Amino acid sequence: MAHHTSWPRKCFVFFNSTVLIVISVLCLFPLVHVLAISFSSSSAASAGLVKLWPVNFTVKSYTYMLKDPAFLKSFAVSVNRVLWGGSLSILLSVITAYPLSKNSAALSGRTFYAWFFVFTILFNGGLIPWYMTIKNVGIMGTMWALILPGAVTVFNIILLLNFFRGLPKELEESAFMDGAGYWSAMWRLVVPLSLPSIATISLFTLVFHWNSWFDGLILMNSPDKYPLSTYLQTVLITTQLAELRTEELRLFMEISDRTTKAAQIFLGTLPILLVYPFLQRYFTKGIVLGSVKE
Amino acid sequence: MLLPAIVLTLVFSYIPIAGIVIAFQKFQPTQGLFGSRWIGWDNFIYVTRLPGAYQVVWNTIYIAILKIVVGLAVPITVSLMLNEVRRDFLRRSVQTFIYLPHFLSWVILGGILIDVLSPSEGIVNQLLTSLGLEPIYFLGKNSWFPYTLVMTDVWKEFGFSTIVYLAALTSINPALYEAAWIDGANRWRQAWHITLPGMLPIIVLMMTLSLGNVLNAGFDQVFNLYSPQVYESGDIIDTFVYRIGLIDAKYGVATAVGLFKSAVSLLLISVSYWFAYRFANYRIF
Repeated sequence: MAHHTSWPRKCFVFFNSTVLIVISVLCLFPLVHVLAISFSSSSAASAGLVKLWPVNFTVKSYTYMLKDPAFLKSFAVSVNRVLWGGSLSILLSVITAYPLSKNSAALSGRTFYAWFFVFTILFNGGLIPWYMTIKNVGIMGTMWALILPGAVTVFNIILLLNFFRGLPKELEESAFMDGAGYWSAMWRLVVPLSLPSIATISLFTLVFHWNSWFDGLILMNSPDKYPLSTYLQTVLITTQLAELRTEELRLFMEISDRTTKAAQIFLGTLPILLVYPFLQRYFTKGIVLGSVKE
Repeated sequence: MLLPAIVLTLVFSYIPIAGIVIAFQKFQPTQGLFGSRWIGWDNFIYVTRLPGAYQVVWNTIYIAILKIVVGLAVPITVSLMLNEVRRDFLRRSVQTFIYLPHFLSWVILGGILIDVLSPSEGIVNQLLTSLGLEPIYFLGKNSWFPYTLVMTDVWKEFGFSTIVYLAALTSINPALYEAAWIDGANRWRQAWHITLPGMLPIIVLMMTLSLGNVLNAGFDQVFNLYSPQVYESGDIIDTFVYRIGLIDAKYGVATAVGLFKSAVSLLLISVSYWFAYRFANYRIF
């Protein structure tokens, strides 16, 4: 297509780009601001001198956080949860989506099974019965409570199912011809071919587990079992100064609430920022897979 | 292969659905589901007499609908604008920046917003006062709180939706633009007559699917941003259920409210999927 760049066009391009840049800056601005606060001295932060660059650069807040046993403990709980919960959920999604991607001739009752899962996104019992169930299963206060209830993610299953269906049928037929069963066809053919979409749901799942905080809050019966997001929820949103011991309190005064909170926010965000480049690569694909069907 | 997922779903999704009977009981955890006394619709009647119960429903619908409307308009506009950008670098950087907040949890964003929007030391209010304006208590005033929720929700989610619309744009046949160009259509007309109609199916789809969210005003967000002084304008069904159920331990009443929400949502979602199927030819699987 030929472009002639007229005056109005130039104006438009300039205006359009400027607005978009302003929008992007507005998205990032709060994050950068908080990052700058976390590296500033507490006096500069509380005097409101910090904008987008640290004032009186210091890493005090970070060294304080990294010495805080509660923080470290919850960090470990989160890592555990992401690894175990994430892998279980991904594994379940694959082995559930594969049979459901077959037609009714190969899997009798396929429609029933599919609706069995989909119904759970349409209707649920609500918070209290869910809570009571977990209590009665007896996993309250254990790692299982963070892993098992959310292990079956219908959204991921649907995404994978639709992807599996798009694979050429002939490939699998030839594998069956060579004597492969469903399990080996799945592991050795379907899974390797579907790595991009599996990567997509894996990243979604990992981010989901890292970010989940509410289940920790109501299902873990003591704060030392909180995952990081839940720990952050309690310190960032509802800080209880009274619970701090005097020695901690003194240190607390030195580094001021504001810079510590900023450091906590940034440390909680860091893992997401680290996987973000990968998320980005797969995630557009993932959405297209999930929403566009022939 | 299906067995593990079926067992887990039965336990953690279907047993809670059966647990809905709590709504019709004077439920005591010590007596269990079978030992508690049946009281019919009393829990529901009790809720309707609670002061502020209607306000909570109204808040939920009001906040949710505002979010849906703004949450459709902003990404559509931004994706049209991004579609006009020819410089790959700019286009990609903008995309990268705008959907970052989508991946952060409301705990993190709540922590950031509480700092940034604070009336005394927040940078937003510093800016307002330096412009000679009065500082605004975004999170503590009933006249501002619902709109703060809507704005911050759009801030978090518009980048994600923008990508969905942009993905739809890639499926538009470039020959259409060439034909329009030859016919003398300028860019505005191309955007109006080709790009927008090309996006229409996905817009219709997003609109119908969002209908199912009318009672979902966003628990995570509200829970991390609200405080007792804004209950009047910001308390929603989900936070209400949490407080009466898990804080006050009125299990039966909370379950009843939850059931009301689930039932209405089921109805709305069914209608929206039916519309999506009928008008956008959308199937879930």
